[in-house]
Amino acid sequence: MSFPWAQQYKPTTEFGQWMDDRLPVGRLIYNSLGAGYPTPRNLNYMWNFGSLAGLFLVIQIVTGIILAMHYAANANIAFDSVEHIMRDVNSGWMIRYAHANGASFFFIAIYLHIGRGLYYGSYKAPREMIWLLGVVIYLLAMATAFMGYVLPWGQMSFWGAKVITGLFEAIPLVGKPIQELLLGGFAPDNAALNRFFSLHYLLPFVIAGVIIMHIWALHIPGSNNPTGVSVKGKQDTVPFHPFYTAKDGWFVGLALIVFTAMLFFMPNALGHADNYIPANPLSTPAHIVPEWYFWPWYAILRAFTFDFFFIPAKLLGVLAMFSAILVWFFLPWLDRSPVRSGDYRPRFKKFFWFGLIPCIAILGYCGGAPAEEPFVMLSQLASAYYFAHFLIVLPLLSRIEKPTPLPNSITEAVTGKPIQQAS
Amino acid sequence: MASIDTAVESGDPAVSEPEIGGVRRRDFINIAAVSFAGVGVVATVFPLVNQMNPSADVLALSSIEVDISAIESGQAIKTSWRKQPIFIRNLTAPEIEAANKVDISGLRDPETLADRTQPGKENWLITLGVCTHLGCVPLGAAQGEVKGEYDGYFCPCHGSHYDTAGRTRKGPAPTNLEVPEYSFLTDTVVKIG
Repeated sequence: MSFPWAQQYKPTTEFGQWMDDRLPVGRLIYNSLGAGYPTPRNLNYMWNFGSLAGLFLVIQIVTGIILAMHYAANANIAFDSVEHIMRDVNSGWMIRYAHANGASFFFIAIYLHIGRGLYYGSYKAPREMIWLLGVVIYLLAMATAFMGYVLPWGQMSFWGAKVITGLFEAIPLVGKPIQELLLGGFAPDNAALNRFFSLHYLLPFVIAGVIIMHIWALHIPGSNNPTGVSVKGKQDTVPFHPFYTAKDGWFVGLALIVFTAMLFFMPNALGHADNYIPANPLSTPAHIVPEWYFWPWYAILRAFTFDFFFIPAKLLGVLAMFSAILVWFFLPWLDRSPVRSGDYRPRFKKFFWFGLIPCIAILGYCGGAPAEEPFVMLSQLASAYYFAHFLIVLPLLSRIEKPTPLPNSITEAVTGKPIQQAS
Repeated sequence: MASIDTAVESGDPAVSEPEIGGVRRRDFINIAAVSFAGVGVVATVFPLVNQMNPSADVLALSSIEVDISAIESGQAIKTSWRKQPIFIRNLTAPEIEAANKVDISGLRDPETLADRTQPGKENWLITLGVCTHLGCVPLGAAQGEVKGEYDGYFCPCHGSHYDTAGRTRKGPAPTNLEVPEYSFLTDTVVKIG
């Protein structure tokens, strides 16, 4: 699926031709990542984070498979086996730190990738499926990251497992049995650790499968672009290779410099010291928070301190937390504005930069802060705006906003002059 | 005439540079970038493979001390070193004599008993209990086990026979039973590894 002016794959060797007639892998790569995939010529650096997230998924899978060679998923020795990796295994410390920090970098990449989509309207027709699959990937990544954090079986691992499975207890009637089913017991123990390890190993491959569908769906309409204006002709595109392979490669180099700086000079900066204490079911750490990438959602969970009619606060918090992400599934139909890019939507742009982004930043900060004032109050205000943004502001804006004039084409936006008719 | 509105393709003259003697400046950039990435890949892959080598705790098992005072002449014990069996055998005088009588030029792996023991301690034959054919544990160390045709060790897996100096004499084993690095700390304590 591509534009009619896409360059055609021509095997250059006899063997290439032989393969192309039998198993056209070369053609697949050429048409999806090579010169045969025309891409808008005006993509800015915000379009680099998809490939970057893919790279970090690969890093996670490679380092994870290696860690599994040395790790023991048994509650009695799991903590010791992680210390064994850190102290005894050749370069084990580096591989484990790469895995721990790689998770953070994966989430940095996908948050910027999601933010790009939110601002430039990449979720709008005809790209709804790409967006929906992306939300699925994000949910799977959250589950994977959570279960991975349990595996070292330190204090944060244990209490994280207890608190997160405790969320399911809030479900009326069946909550308690569901929690016991998930844990295989009444508190996290060997059964929970083993199944978390099993699923933590499985889910990244499920993610990889959904990513294939995500990219497949992307390649039907092709990439969105900073103007949000659809590609109109050959002059609006450049071949993916060498233009975007080179740009992605250069950006991967930059990202890896930051990653390795983190890995070698401050590997524990994003972790919690408490997780270097072996799990103790009889003592909860004083300040228990999830990893930073869950903080906004954790703040929404904790914002609900009051019962609402017959719904207890605990259930409200859980519902709100899940709804905060599930609302993304409805986003393509909540924002009805036909203009994709925030650059041409003056009011949307203000609500985005001065509403949604600060709101998520506040939620993120409060989620990592202790559950006390003023953070509870701030979380409540920010949660209220968060939902209002998606459920009220976006539908309303799409009705009343007057967009600024769109360029006639990508080329016109880039060059600042009207498109020349092909002569 | 190419303008900024003209479509760009890979290998398009509009984006290619003039060649000087068949070499473009872009060729240098390509080679430099790919080489740099190649060095990075090698530097990354090395620790990812090296992690499979024995870890520090495994290497820490690499030497043991054994008290041999209770082994009487004609007896042997099995002990374990690096998770592999070790045979320590106190040879009798006839066994030493039998080993020394052999003409080593006819052996598959020519070694004298003296080569395989330490000076003044020729009665102590210390070898790995690992058949050099495919790694089974030969019989003959414990009392009552078959010792093979040469009265040393016999490997039941594929029928290798070792003599009283632990040398391969018959069957598929290519070399003599391996003698580990060891030293006598005292007359009765030997340090292996």
